[in-house]
Amino acid sequence: MKPLDPRLLKWAQATRVFLIATILAGVVTTLAIIIQAFLLASVITEVFQQDATLEQIWPQVMGLAGVVVVRALLAYAVEWAAFHASARAKSELRMAVLEHAVALGPEFLDSRRSGELAQLTGRGIDGLDSYFARYLPQLVLAVMVPVAIIVVVITEDLLAAVIIALTIPLIPIFMILVGLYTRRQVDRQWRTLGTLSGHFLDVVAGLPTLKVFGRARAQAETLREIGNRYRRTTMGVLRVSFLSALVLELLASLSVAIVAVAIGLRLVNGTLDLYTGLVVLILAPEAYLPLRMVGAQFHAAVDGIAASEQLLDILDIPLPDNDAGSTIPPTAPPFTVDVADLAVTYPDRPVPALDGVSLTAAAGRVTALAGHSGAGKSTVLRAMLGFLTPSQGSITLRGVSGAAGTPDTVQRTSWLEQFAWLPQDPVMVAGDVSDNILLGRPDAPRDDVARAAREAGLDPAVLDQQVAEGGAGVSAGQRRRIGLARVLLRDSPVILLDEPSAALDEGTESIVVDAVRRLRDRGRTVVVVAHRAALLDVADDVVNLRAPDPDLVTEEPVTVALPGLGR
Amino acid sequence: MTTTTLQERTEQPGEPEPLPSLLPGAPGSPVWRVFRAARPTAWRLALAALLGALAIGSSVGLIAASAFLISKASLQPPILHLQVAIVAVRAFGIGRGVFRYAERVVGHDAAFRSLTDLRIAVYDRLAVVAPSGLSAYRSGDLLNRLVADVDSMLDLYLRVALPYAAALLVGAGSVVLLASFVPAAGLALAIALLVGGLVVPLITLRMTERTQKEVAPAMGRLTAETVTLVDGAAELIALGQAPAALDRIRTTDADLTGISGRAAVSGGIGAALGVLAQGAAVIAAVIFGSQAVASGQLDGMLLALVVLVPLAAYEAVQALPAAVIVLARVRESARRICEVIDAPDLTPDPDPAAPLPSPVPAGDFVVDDFTAGWEPGQWVAQPVGFRCAPGQSVALVAPSGVGKTTLALGMADMVPVSGAEAYGTVDLRAVTGDDVRRVVEVIQQDAHLFDTTIAENIRLARRSTTDDQIEAILTDLGLGDWIAGLPEGIGTRVGRFGRSVSGGQRQRIAIARGLVARAPVVIADEPTEHLDPDNAALVMSALRRHCADRVLVLITHHRAEAERCDHVVEVRSA
Repeated sequence: MKPLDPRLLKWAQATRVFLIATILAGVVTTLAIIIQAFLLASVITEVFQQDATLEQIWPQVMGLAGVVVVRALLAYAVEWAAFHASARAKSELRMAVLEHAVALGPEFLDSRRSGELAQLTGRGIDGLDSYFARYLPQLVLAVMVPVAIIVVVITEDLLAAVIIALTIPLIPIFMILVGLYTRRQVDRQWRTLGTLSGHFLDVVAGLPTLKVFGRARAQAETLREIGNRYRRTTMGVLRVSFLSALVLELLASLSVAIVAVAIGLRLVNGTLDLYTGLVVLILAPEAYLPLRMVGAQFHAAVDGIAASEQLLDILDIPLPDNDAGSTIPPTAPPFTVDVADLAVTYPDRPVPALDGVSLTAAAGRVTALAGHSGAGKSTVLRAMLGFLTPSQGSITLRGVSGAAGTPDTVQRTSWLEQFAWLPQDPVMVAGDVSDNILLGRPDAPRDDVARAAREAGLDPAVLDQQVAEGGAGVSAGQRRRIGLARVLLRDSPVILLDEPSAALDEGTESIVVDAVRRLRDRGRTVVVVAHRAALLDVADDVVNLRAPDPDLVTEEPVTVALPGLGR
Repeated sequence: MTTTTLQERTEQPGEPEPLPSLLPGAPGSPVWRVFRAARPTAWRLALAALLGALAIGSSVGLIAASAFLISKASLQPPILHLQVAIVAVRAFGIGRGVFRYAERVVGHDAAFRSLTDLRIAVYDRLAVVAPSGLSAYRSGDLLNRLVADVDSMLDLYLRVALPYAAALLVGAGSVVLLASFVPAAGLALAIALLVGGLVVPLITLRMTERTQKEVAPAMGRLTAETVTLVDGAAELIALGQAPAALDRIRTTDADLTGISGRAAVSGGIGAALGVLAQGAAVIAAVIFGSQAVASGQLDGMLLALVVLVPLAAYEAVQALPAAVIVLARVRESARRICEVIDAPDLTPDPDPAAPLPSPVPAGDFVVDDFTAGWEPGQWVAQPVGFRCAPGQSVALVAPSGVGKTTLALGMADMVPVSGAEAYGTVDLRAVTGDDVRRVVEVIQQDAHLFDTTIAENIRLARRSTTDDQIEAILTDLGLGDWIAGLPEGIGTRVGRFGRSVSGGQRQRIAIARGLVARAPVVIADEPTEHLDPDNAALVMSALRRHCADRVLVLITHHRAEAERCDHVVEVRSA
């Protein structure tokens, strides 16, 4: 984890006005503190040594009050500027990452866990508040403030200035040394922390299972053992990692003590006057304060920095050129989809998902893809959409007037317009059911929506039913019907249906079968992933896929549906 | 790496007393109840608070001693008279860092100890009420949150209790010190510290809570919209709807920024008020101090001390606004924890419970007028009844969503039930829940795999199961080739929530686990769901073979599977 990641600093530019304002407020605050030190030293000296009365020091007291008011206003200003400094940078980074992720497409997004990305761009990015709003300005102040104070102290007392100037650089040096020593240990500690809450979650989530087998009560003692083991390892690490704070505090306060004693001894000699001594004593701790703050604020920003590193890594992935290529003219359909010798390997998986698959989904016909789970049926559909980069082979749309193109030679939007796809888990957005169906063709008239819903077996009454983001409140079966209605509404030349009858019981399966027939009658090219007999029956062609990895599935691929299930 | 250890406790050495504040229905506010759970480590926490006070006290002492030293030195006394002051200055200079370090070590150690106690208390209660007493078991997210809630109690000790205790000690000490010289200045400092330690945090808290009420839903919306975008990205892109989804997120993000802006204003007001309070205390010390010097009540030599102590003492309360915000957050967590602890036990054991004969004599499994639900009275299905002899099987058939799973959990006394249930001569409604589960075992559809090896997950059901037996049963279920291909065989870890193995493998490992257990009644909940036909057939024949002398209750929505059972029972929704 870098204290200053240049990639992250780039995002700070968006808010540099507010960053400068924050720094400026910090500098003016330092000036106010210096003036306050002089005023305090002067009242103490005048009352103590010159027996001044309250009336005589009244101007200084009023001055002090003025300084306090100015500092209070500055404290408010710092909070205000700090908020604006982080808000803009955060929003821009958040949206940039999401836009980049969408532009990278499904191939990238499928490799991520959705909750993780949502966490990173949500609360994770909030951790950057401390980074932009506090840590960055403080870093600048940690250099400026000590210099300013040393300059002031030089004019008063050279020896004290030398002591401060010598000890301040020691702080970062020691902290870096201790930090280098502890870094590896701290990394390990966070992993332990993760596994311990992981363990607790595991046991709590598995409680019903433990109960079934009469093992629930036995786990409490294991929890204690693991808790104790974890505490001991963590404390071992923390004892070391707290050392950096110890060094910091020790150097800062010991230096002040040394300055104080040095002043005292010279006052006894008469080589220094009380006023100067007090000014230096009051200012000395202020020289160390910004450095102490940097440490604290870096710690507060650590989570945000960790999150941002993952986000910046996403932004570093180069974008494909989605706008390159030709467009498909509206006269080109109907299409035949040719899949030739296609091989696809998902990243992070050792074996290919598809290895040399060839098939033809003829125009105006229903082609069923059958085969075991893991045989790559869904992968074929995704490859047709151009969402996967094949390692070999090709996918071609062949229209009435010859080849219309491949995913590589056609603009992405134009290519995707040729397809309507029902994935296994259709997306649901907040709104009502008809809003969700309208995703298929946002400008569709209401009658078309109602007809698509009817054809997908949805009761017209549910069209106004509210759907929560992510589909809460809608059953799995209803969700698939909404997805099917969406596809029927979109009504593109090529229809891809991924197990459209899953989660529907045998009675409602006929709805899907009817819909497929209707689509064929309209001249659409239909590719359907099917397990069940009813759907296989309606298909004009059946393609059996075989998993390329012999370790995954060894049995012969299924060619006949479950006995006794059909009619 | 910690492995989830699954072992049966062989002895019970001096089991610690349950924490009284965490018993169901204990009095007090949730956060107070959770805080009192730290009682076993109370003296460690007290020591940490004292050390924290000494750390801040050292910086007050450093300034006070230095001010005294400089003032006295300006009178040019013999250097010997300054020795005590010089030693004090140096000691305070060292003390701050050392005490702070000790506070952190002692405090973290105590907090971790309390956290372990709290985890066990929560777990113990969950072990009684789960899964029926807790809605969390119907959603993985809620479960995650419960675990995070418990973890967040670390902050209650470290970031709320300790700073407040230290502030109280240092604040009181500084006020007494100052008041002993100039009473009015001491009073002014006391007021300033109260403003800084109570008023400012309360203002911050109220404003934070108000904005948090608006931030939380907006943040939730942002998260949900992002999850939709990511999960549905392929479909949204295919539909050309991704830009629209991004626009919705952008709108939510702008809302969020607006709401957070109002929180920033409140933070600014709090910060400004803090500076004013500190400044007022210093100015009061200057005014009252110089009056006291003029009237001869105060030695002029002590004026520097009187003026500079308020400047340093304010540090004691500086961390408190942050502490209060943490308190607001952990208060919510504590409330949810106590909700779990106070959840009623919906499946209480009969009192007195009938003893379970050992060994249990074989007999028919009889269920009569039987139904179940997540809450008593809210039955999911119309009552069913059947009688099934050992070696026979009965199928409970219904379309999905009728509550067959709940019925299965009910037969194992995991959720409230109504009706009669008996095995041979044993009335299962008269014995304890643990004893019911010695007789009736459920192979859950969503059975949990623990983050350990395949073998350990299966052995959970019966410790004495040998590796050979495990491999044999997995082979029966069609996983033989897969296991043989794994470098570590059945010693392979399944990952968190079994994520390192495929869904079909996970399901069959859970079935293997259910089969090695020797309960005379086996309820299999949709054992072939998500399996392809060949594997489904393998699983069904393995189930039948292993239940040759047991009662097999098969829950299914596949009519074909049901028809091969000796009895078929239709389940109708309530």
